[in-house]
Amino acid sequence: MAPPKLSGHPTEGAVTQRCRKVLPDCRILPGIIRVSDHETENHLEDIPLEALPLDAWHRARGARMVPFAGYEMPIQYEGIVAEHNWTRESAGLFDVSHMGQLVLSGPDLDAAVEAVLPIDLSTLKLGQQRYSLLLDEEGGVLDDLMVSRWPEALYLVVNGATKWDDMGTLREALPDDITMNYLDERALLALQGPKAADVLARHATGEYPLSALTFMKFGRFQIAGHDVTIARAGYTGEDGFEISLPAEAAAEIADLLCAEPEVKPIGLGARDSLRLEAGLPLYGHDLSPETSPIEAGLIFGINKRRRTEGGFPGAERINREIAEGTARKWVGLKIEGRLPAREGAEVFSGSDKIGIVTSGGFSPTLQAPIAMAYVASEYAAIGTQLEVEVRGKRLAATVSPTPFVPHRYYRGN
Amino acid sequence: MRYYTDEHEWIEVEGDIATVGITDYAQGQLGDIVFVELPEVGAMIEQGKDAAVVESVKAASDVYAPITGEVTETNSALEEDPSLVNNAPEDGGWFFKMTIAAPAELDKLMDEDGYKAFVEGL
Repeated sequence: MAPPKLSGHPTEGAVTQRCRKVLPDCRILPGIIRVSDHETENHLEDIPLEALPLDAWHRARGARMVPFAGYEMPIQYEGIVAEHNWTRESAGLFDVSHMGQLVLSGPDLDAAVEAVLPIDLSTLKLGQQRYSLLLDEEGGVLDDLMVSRWPEALYLVVNGATKWDDMGTLREALPDDITMNYLDERALLALQGPKAADVLARHATGEYPLSALTFMKFGRFQIAGHDVTIARAGYTGEDGFEISLPAEAAAEIADLLCAEPEVKPIGLGARDSLRLEAGLPLYGHDLSPETSPIEAGLIFGINKRRRTEGGFPGAERINREIAEGTARKWVGLKIEGRLPAREGAEVFSGSDKIGIVTSGGFSPTLQAPIAMAYVASEYAAIGTQLEVEVRGKRLAATVSPTPFVPHRYYRGN
Repeated sequence: MRYYTDEHEWIEVEGDIATVGITDYAQGQLGDIVFVELPEVGAMIEQGKDAAVVESVKAASDVYAPITGEVTETNSALEEDPSLVNNAPEDGGWFFKMTIAAPAELDKLMDEDGYKAFVEGL
């Protein structure tokens, strides 16, 4: 794949000026050459790993660092199960600075973005955040992302492993007069868990109290004198927040939050087991260009008005699948015994292979193996008895409702 | 006499029977262990080949046979409580016992001091 052309890039001065209205420290998408072909594993291995703003902070806290999305990231500190349970019972701080934070602005912004994403921006008001999907022309999933309405701009959070490709795709698809800023001087922290709101309210001040934020709302606040934006959202199924902050303030704010007795730092390992219990898809595993959002049960990512109007990449296939159904569906599986079924395990009904596991592991909360799998639609009904094969052994599996562990989002009183 | 491999297994030799497990370093690297798949009693296992599988929350890892021989007993306590491998890796968390088909294989393994130095160099 050739590097996407980043045509229509305004001069840096103009961009910086425009983006200062939104945030003080964002700057132009850096280095056109960095938006290039990162598709193959081999290629990724050739690219040296980069350090995130909190790299030294993680190491000082005893994190085991592993390569992830082109960075060295903490997989765990004291242990995945302890960190998992701590997040479900108290509050965990996750460094998700590898994710891409983008700001789009320019004339007729909503129409331009609606031509690229299946989102209905007429119903996305200032201070609201919504889940959306970046689709290819065939309706395959290139990424899943969050879109927030900022004053005269849209703020996007995209996956770390896909962010460079996403920027290329967006730049190609958006008109030249739409400016895309990559906020590479912002870090992103997630504070998740039942005690997250109490803890954060001690530190976040703004025009209105933090408690006014309900699930999928965001606002501008200050923490320790730093300008931050806070969204009430996350990837654990718990109540919680995602805090976008200046990279140079990340260690100070992480220290401040972890000094609270309710908070411990949590690694990527527990992030994965938490999101699996919450039934949330992980891009590159549960979602890919080979999967459609309708098979994955993500119809809510195709907003209602767009389902009838179309006009986004892949609309023809998406709308056909909404009308006629899909040949396979993404379902939850509860597995008997203690042996986990991992990604790639085949799913059987009798001797027929009818599906494949895309995410699986051992649920610390349920103390049992759970998995997500694509199965032929006739086997997707809740309660269907299936089998999963692990190292030649057939394990009994039951199609189960998701989330496996109930979500506890704060939607207001 | 206890021997160690560079794949982080330990092997305790008493007479003509050897007890096999994974080291404290290995369990720390694997994290919380949720399942251990043990070989069948009577199975012949070959040095360096797959003998068991350890499942942590995150991933499955192979455990290799430190020597060649026949499996004579497996640790049934691991079925009930796989976390024994985390809590007592070089004691109650043993995996299986086996015969020693080729005693010369033991000569190439490390002793405790040798393994300690090996781990420090990682």
